[in-house]
Amino acid sequence: MTTVPAVRMTKRRTLPGSGALTGTGALAKLALRLDRIMLPAWVYVVVIGVASNAYTFVKLYKTASQRAALVASGNSNPALLFLYGRLNGNSVGSLTAWRYGVWGALFAALMSVFLVIRHTRGDEEAGRLELIGSARVGRQAPLASAIVVAAEANAILAAVLCLVLPVLGLPAGGSVALSLAIGTCGLAFTGVSAVTAQLASGARAARGLAIAVLGVAFLARGVGDSAGASGPSWLTWALPLGWTETLRPFAGPRWWVLALPLALFAAGTGLAFALAARRDHGAGLLPDRPGRPAASDALRGPFTLAWRLQRSALGSWAAGYAVLFAICGAAGKGIGQLAATSGTLTKEFTRMGGQSAIVNAYLTTLMLLAGLIAAAYGVSTVLRLHAEETAGSADPVLAGAVSRTRWGLSHLLLALTGAAVLLAIAGLATGLGYGLSAGDAGGEIARMLGAGLAQLPAAAVIIGVAALAVGAVPDASVAVAWTAVGLAVLLDIFGQALQLSHWALDLSPFTHVPKLPGGAVTATPLVALSVIALALCGSGLVALRRRDIG
Amino acid sequence: MANAIEARGLRKRFGKATALDGLDLTVRAGEVHAFLGPNGAGKTTTIRILLGLLRKDGGDVSMLGGDPWRDATALHGRLAYVPGDVTLWPSLTGGEIIDLLAKLRGDGSTAKHGDLNRRQELIERFDLDPSKKARAYSKGNRQKVALIAALASDAELLLLDEPTSGLDPLMEAAFRDCVSAERQGGRTVLLSSHILAEAEALADRVTIIRAGRTVETGTLAEMRHLTRTTVDAELTGPLDVDTLFGVHDAAVDGNRLRCEVDNAALNEVLRRLTAVGVQTLTCRPPTLEELFLRHYSDQNPPSERERVTPAP
Repeated sequence: MTTVPAVRMTKRRTLPGSGALTGTGALAKLALRLDRIMLPAWVYVVVIGVASNAYTFVKLYKTASQRAALVASGNSNPALLFLYGRLNGNSVGSLTAWRYGVWGALFAALMSVFLVIRHTRGDEEAGRLELIGSARVGRQAPLASAIVVAAEANAILAAVLCLVLPVLGLPAGGSVALSLAIGTCGLAFTGVSAVTAQLASGARAARGLAIAVLGVAFLARGVGDSAGASGPSWLTWALPLGWTETLRPFAGPRWWVLALPLALFAAGTGLAFALAARRDHGAGLLPDRPGRPAASDALRGPFTLAWRLQRSALGSWAAGYAVLFAICGAAGKGIGQLAATSGTLTKEFTRMGGQSAIVNAYLTTLMLLAGLIAAAYGVSTVLRLHAEETAGSADPVLAGAVSRTRWGLSHLLLALTGAAVLLAIAGLATGLGYGLSAGDAGGEIARMLGAGLAQLPAAAVIIGVAALAVGAVPDASVAVAWTAVGLAVLLDIFGQALQLSHWALDLSPFTHVPKLPGGAVTATPLVALSVIALALCGSGLVALRRRDIG
Repeated sequence: MANAIEARGLRKRFGKATALDGLDLTVRAGEVHAFLGPNGAGKTTTIRILLGLLRKDGGDVSMLGGDPWRDATALHGRLAYVPGDVTLWPSLTGGEIIDLLAKLRGDGSTAKHGDLNRRQELIERFDLDPSKKARAYSKGNRQKVALIAALASDAELLLLDEPTSGLDPLMEAAFRDCVSAERQGGRTVLLSSHILAEAEALADRVTIIRAGRTVETGTLAEMRHLTRTTVDAELTGPLDVDTLFGVHDAAVDGNRLRCEVDNAALNEVLRRLTAVGVQTLTCRPPTLEELFLRHYSDQNPPSERERVTPAP
């Protein structure tokens, strides 16, 4: 009798797949299925970004002397150096690697962070991993599958880039190097986020921590690039984003640099597995500090609750806006010199902005970007309504003496005021950055503040679409709202290049915003956009009152 | 006194699925009313209609003299709700959420001294650490947060949707004490549950539903009247059970007999038992579990389709 269980024990031990990684393949497949929309979208965005830049350079800078002039001015402008890095050589490939190498790598890193956190701590927080963990799934399988999925996504991204860049006429060797530089940066941040997923107390914190590392990496290489020969140029070598530059994709690639992100990936995943073995399910290694045992007066209703839940997100967005637009504004002074190196570019800028002054056209484009990103912020904030509803945490609010309208308004108003704050910051920071470098800071700040806030009605229209979607078609709200953002980006950023017809371009609210600074301020389109935005928000709230919750 | 909740012929469909199919529910003011049914019977759907979160497709419903859909916001100031699956905001502490829920109900803006004492008392009673972030709470602790918020409120009506499904036995006992105290204090409680002992211990009246329809409602005494008595007897000699009328689920083990007897046949069955000779005899009213089994196994109400199909 007693031998029977013993035999069973040994039998079970010899069964295939009883290790910590059992079930990794199945989980990875599941994750790929769940991400079948988001993953291609990320890859598409990065590839389109890189390819459209390569295409622009091929068209605009036909001669070597034009490119040499661009390289000279680009390498002497600290703000441009900070934003894009150093120009290695004057081939079209080098220009492409300069303009989008760091940023492509940044996007690949972001994609990896979102993927890894979503499939580790995100699922854990939602309670899904508990169910999976009780099945025939190894302890380390969820982490392993998240890493596998992120690695696959980066491999696909690099492969697609590898195919697209030579088609645009770039040399094959450099194309491979740039693609690998971007893909391995994604891998490096797969390792980083695998570690932060073990450290932080929750999914949001884990994502924030990984993105903070990414921000530090961007700043470090920016400082290293722009500080000049006597400055701390080693900073460019210190962290992942700089490695896309030091690899020198189209200027005699240093292939061995690829070992750096791969080593970081290996070290990160190894450390993550070691930490995961020491961590409890649902808890991070960093302790969760106890909070207030009672609510303060600052938490007293749906509006203060929405603020409490989303304030740290708005804070991060605001900080990002301030840094990015101050630098972009400071880069404005160099734009005039830059554009003078290419007659076609001058024409292009004039056409894009519809203004005679090239700097104004550049600043206008910056404000358009600020508007589009503010719309994206607003959409993510409004969609919190849907997230709260599906999670069930809308119930206790609505079971209180809180009307549907008040609950809906709580997050909607935060989205609108948050977008306004971000646009004001964009205007102020751009004005400050440009004004300090070009003189007349006070005048520029006032001028750019107006230009930034002029984008608000257009951003509000997109936010209104999200509000209407949450009210009327809750199940499709995420898709509808992000499609609206994507369409606006497509029409306003790539619309001209794609030679879309006017009525198509007119679909985007941002097309109707006065071209500021420099253009004529006309109230009519701003008023019209505001009315449309109000109508969309209002009908969203009405629809929210009429339907079932949950 | 008027009824706190009055629902007649309540209907609700989700796409093709029928969740409520003519449900009746009457909760009198000041009573503890148990709302029983198996999973998927429509308990939560009913409560969500009462909360105005879902819109009814048909039937009449009134709560505290108002329309739960139209007057939702005003009515919510007079009730407190504990969901079956409590989801909290992970970054807020339990204490913050308890206070927030009170404020959302509208009675926390001027926190009265008595309320604070009551809150503290309940936190100690349920042994909750209010300074922990909600993400660190177990299901039971999340449920405690919602329960404390509801019990500390001055609401006239408590809507409790399977409030003890995550609590350990000790906490369950604390919960029962609290609900008993609430009844003494004159509050109305609607307690949805499939833990029958809970309903048995607490409820004045019971409504049993199945597949979106009310199958029985009344006091437990009234329902037992309709049902059987469990008889457990040790006899001095053998007895041919097959000759007994009104006996169900009989189990014979030597001279020992266990069976369920229709109350109408009880007199006759006892006469037959004593005729054989009784050594020990236990008769007890059925537990709610037994009532439950009876309602949902051998006495299924006919479904819509069965009713329209003519008998062969």
